[in-house]
Amino acid sequence: MLVDIISWICLISGGVVAMIGGIGLLRFPDFYARLHAAGVTDTLVALLIVLGLALQSGISMLTIKLFLILLFLLFTAPTATHALARAALADNVRPEGTDSGSSEKTRGETSSNT
Amino acid sequence: MRYLISLALLLAVLWLAISGVYKPIILILGAGSVVLVVWLSRRMDVVGIEHNPALYSWRLPLYWGWLVWQIVLANLQIARRILSPDMGLEQRVLRVPLKHRSDVARVTYAQSITLTPGTVTLRMEGDELEVHALTPEAREGLESGEMSRKVKWLEGDR
Amino acid sequence: MTAVLVITTLAVFATMAMALIRALKGPTIYDRIVAVNVFGTKTVLVVALITYVTGHADLIDVALVYALINFIAVVTVLKLVKERDLAAGGDEEPGGD
Repeated sequence: MLVDIISWICLISGGVVAMIGGIGLLRFPDFYARLHAAGVTDTLVALLIVLGLALQSGISMLTIKLFLILLFLLFTAPTATHALARAALADNVRPEGTDSGSSEKTRGETSSNT
Repeated sequence: MRYLISLALLLAVLWLAISGVYKPIILILGAGSVVLVVWLSRRMDVVGIEHNPALYSWRLPLYWGWLVWQIVLANLQIARRILSPDMGLEQRVLRVPLKHRSDVARVTYAQSITLTPGTVTLRMEGDELEVHALTPEAREGLESGEMSRKVKWLEGDR
Repeated sequence: MTAVLVITTLAVFATMAMALIRALKGPTIYDRIVAVNVFGTKTVLVVALITYVTGHADLIDVALVYALINFIAVVTVLKLVKERDLAAGGDEEPGGD
């Protein structure tokens, strides 16, 4: 019974955090800020929902597969985020709060690269 | 060759564990996919990469536990920013010194930074990381260097 | 129990809808790719939730495979956008080691 209640709390809060992340994706002002909002939904939501579901099925094949999914998500999410940030940077989408010197440097790097 | 065999065994065990169907035709398909993956990893020249002692430290589970806790804390901070009316973002690009010797530790540090919301690694340049920080708290957390010390500890004295 | 699962599923659907709005609004191509990436990871979670709602344990394999395909798809689309060529060589990482 207690396990059920913990599981419900995990699932519901997972849903709530997912929606907060979605709101962030809509509200945040520029691309780099939105990356962080996407990070919220990628990490904590996956953790909470997988934990909530795993508590439902106990130790079983299903739980092992759930944790494999979580492992894949936690390993691939930062890789995808990093790839996105790098591609945007190389395409001269400037983050707020960079000085012009570093943007000069990026431009040089991009042109020598292509 | 030793690595090829151990990789094939590992893949076979993984396949048997998550398949759950043991009919002859399915088993043949499974064996085929194991051979295909071993051949592909040989072509990609990544065979034996998993035999890095840095990947099998007793410190790793402890580090993961600590990292998950950091992720939860960082998430709550960002969630609060999203819901507050004026958001109060202060985006900065920081340069963080990279003090780790091995490639595995460097990648672990960069990935951990990206995984905690509020900070995203943009570039790795020599001994510096370029990190994009969303909020003042995220910036201070990074500049305190706690995560860097933890990864250093994870790297250990091998 | 099912009620909790369904509520969570609906919440994740709402997030996916918001991601779609962001994907439609842009403005840059990278905003769209971020949104599609969020949509994909949320799809994995929705499939996992539906596994428990319906009780069909086989569906979890769909989620497992989707988690892998989503990552590869995002990286592939990025490469296509950046290089305009999926067969481009692997020298697109200057300065990174």
